[in-house]
Amino acid sequence: MWHIIMTSKDTRLDHRIIYRIVEQNARVLDLGCGTGDLIYLLARYKNARVQGIELADEAIQQCVKKGLSVFQTDIESGLTEYPTDSFDYVILNQSMQEVKKVDYVIGESLRVGRRVIVGFPNFSYLSGRLKFFFQGTAPITPALPGRWYDTPNVRFLSILDFRNYCRVKGIEILESYHLGRKRPVVILPNLLALNAVFLLAGVTEKGG
Amino acid sequence: MKINDFVIPADSAGIVEAKTFTFAEPPGEMTLASGKKLGPITLAYETYGELNGDRSNAVLILHALSADAHAAGYHAGSDEPGWWEAMIGPGKAFDTEKYFVICSNVIGGCKGSTGPSSLNPATGDYYALDFPLITIGDMVKAQKHLIDHLGIDRLLCVAGGSMGGMQTLQWVASYPEMVRSAIPIATALKHSPQQIAFNEVVRQSIMSDVNWREGRYYETGQPEKGLALARMIGHITFMSDQSMEEKFSRRLKNEKYSFKFAPEFEVEGYLRYRGDRFVKRFDANSYLYITKALDYFDLSGGRLFRSGREIKTRFLVISFKSDWLYPSYQSQEIVRQLKIRQADATYCELKSTYGHDAFLLEVDQETELIRHFLSKTYNGYDVAYHYDV
Repeated sequence: MWHIIMTSKDTRLDHRIIYRIVEQNARVLDLGCGTGDLIYLLARYKNARVQGIELADEAIQQCVKKGLSVFQTDIESGLTEYPTDSFDYVILNQSMQEVKKVDYVIGESLRVGRRVIVGFPNFSYLSGRLKFFFQGTAPITPALPGRWYDTPNVRFLSILDFRNYCRVKGIEILESYHLGRKRPVVILPNLLALNAVFLLAGVTEKGG
Repeated sequence: MKINDFVIPADSAGIVEAKTFTFAEPPGEMTLASGKKLGPITLAYETYGELNGDRSNAVLILHALSADAHAAGYHAGSDEPGWWEAMIGPGKAFDTEKYFVICSNVIGGCKGSTGPSSLNPATGDYYALDFPLITIGDMVKAQKHLIDHLGIDRLLCVAGGSMGGMQTLQWVASYPEMVRSAIPIATALKHSPQQIAFNEVVRQSIMSDVNWREGRYYETGQPEKGLALARMIGHITFMSDQSMEEKFSRRLKNEKYSFKFAPEFEVEGYLRYRGDRFVKRFDANSYLYITKALDYFDLSGGRLFRSGREIKTRFLVISFKSDWLYPSYQSQEIVRQLKIRQADATYCELKSTYGHDAFLLEVDQETELIRHFLSKTYNGYDVAYHYDV
C-alpha cells in the first residue's frame, strides 16, 4: 500500500511527504482538512486516529462521505478545549497562511500536538520574485494562484520567514522539506521551492 | 399496498404495528430521579427492519416533546405516515434494509406509555397530578428496560432531535457501553433560562385555564384553551423569523383589515389552527410533565461522561443556523465536551431557514450526513473503498 501511495500520480507531493512522517496508529488532528484526502490516507493505510477541522460545508460533506470525523469550525477557535498533547500530530497544511491569528494558532498547535506539521506556499519563489521585480505586480505562482483580490491567503511568507519565526519563538524544527512542482528541491529552497513542509517539536516534546 | 385510494410509497417501511412493553410490576417498581417509585410502566414502541444475527444493527430513535413511537411507515387503515418517515425506511438515512430501527415513546407522555392520563392501579383513577415528576434520565432508564427486553446489548446508534437529542445524550451518559454511536440533533446539554422561561409560560397557560382543575379534568374535558395557547407559543419558537416571512409574510386572510380582533393575518390563522389541532391529540398534563423534564435536563459540567474512561461512542452532532430555540452555540457546547474527552466526533451546522423545525424538514442534508456516518460506524472505512487512490 505504501508503494501505491508513494508512486501514485494522483497523490499530492505534500501529502506523500506528510504520509511518510506520520507513524502507524498515530493520533492526528488536521486543521483545515478540506475534503479530507490526507487524513483519509492516514486513517486507511496507517490506521491513524484522525480528526479534521474544516469550515466549508461542501468539504465537510465530502469528509463524512469518506467516513471521516470532522468539526465544522474555524481553525482559530477549534483548539482551545483540547487538553495538552491530545494528538501525536497537529497538521496545518496549506491552511496556516489563511489564518489571521496565526501566532496563536501555531502556539496552540504546539500545545495540543506532540508534534506539528506545517505546510505552506513559498512567497519568495523565483517566478514570483521576477513578476514582482520586473512587472511590479503581486506574485502569482503555481502554489499561489490567487490574485490579490481573490486569494484566501491573509499571510504572505517565505521559507526563510518561517525559519526566522521559529528561531525567534524558540520553536524546534525537527525536519523540513522543500517541494517543487513534482519533486523535492535540494538547492536554494527559498528561491526554488514552491511549497515547504516543516515538522516542529511540540511544547512538551521540546521541554522534555 | 393500498388503503382506500392511498398507495403506500415503495420507499416506506410499509404497514407497521404499534407495540407495547410493560415492566416494573410492583413490588419491582422503577425508582425515579425524584426518589419516587413508578410501576407498572408501559412503554409504546415500534420497530422497522430486521435485527441481524449478532444483534449489531439496532438503531434507537427518540422523539421530541409531542411526538410518539410512530416514527415511520403507516398503521393499518391509516394514511398518516410516521413523524420521521422521510428519514426512516428502505434506502433512507436510517436504512431499514440494513438496520433494525426502534422508536421508543417516553414515560410521562400520552401516546401509549404510562403517564398522567394513565390509570393508577393503586387507586383505579387517572394519575393526573399523582403521577410523579420525571426527568429525561427517567425516560431513558425506562427505555433501557425495553432495549434489554428486545435482547440488544449494544445499540449501533441512538439518534434524535430536540428532546430526542437530549435522550440521546442521556443514553450516552447513563449507558455509555451500550451506545456505539450517537446523533444528537438540534439539542443542548442543558436547558437555558430562556428555554425554561418559554416552558414556564407554556405551563402557566395550561394551568391558568379554568378547565385544568388541578389536573383532574379527565372526566370533564381538556383545558383546551390553555393547551392550544401553549402550543401556539411552541410553534412560534419552532419557526424562524425568515421561515415565517416566507410562509406568511403579512398576508391577510381577507383583502382588507377588518378592524376587529378576529384572526386576519395568515400567521394568526396558522397558529390557531395548530393549537386547535393539538388539543385533539395531546394531553395537557403530559405537556406539563414533559416540559418540566426538559427543564430539569442538565448534563453540563462534565456530567455527559464519567471521568477517566476512554470515550468509545462516535458522535455526529448537528445544529441548524436559524434555530433560535436550540441555537448552534448549545450544540457547540456539546462539541466542547467531546473535544475535552477526545471523542471521535463530527459536528455540522447545517444552513437552513426553517428554525428549530429544520430537524424534521432538512431531510436531504441530514440524510447525506447520517447515511455515511452510520455506514462508517457499522462497516468501518471499508465502505469508502471507491475513494482509494
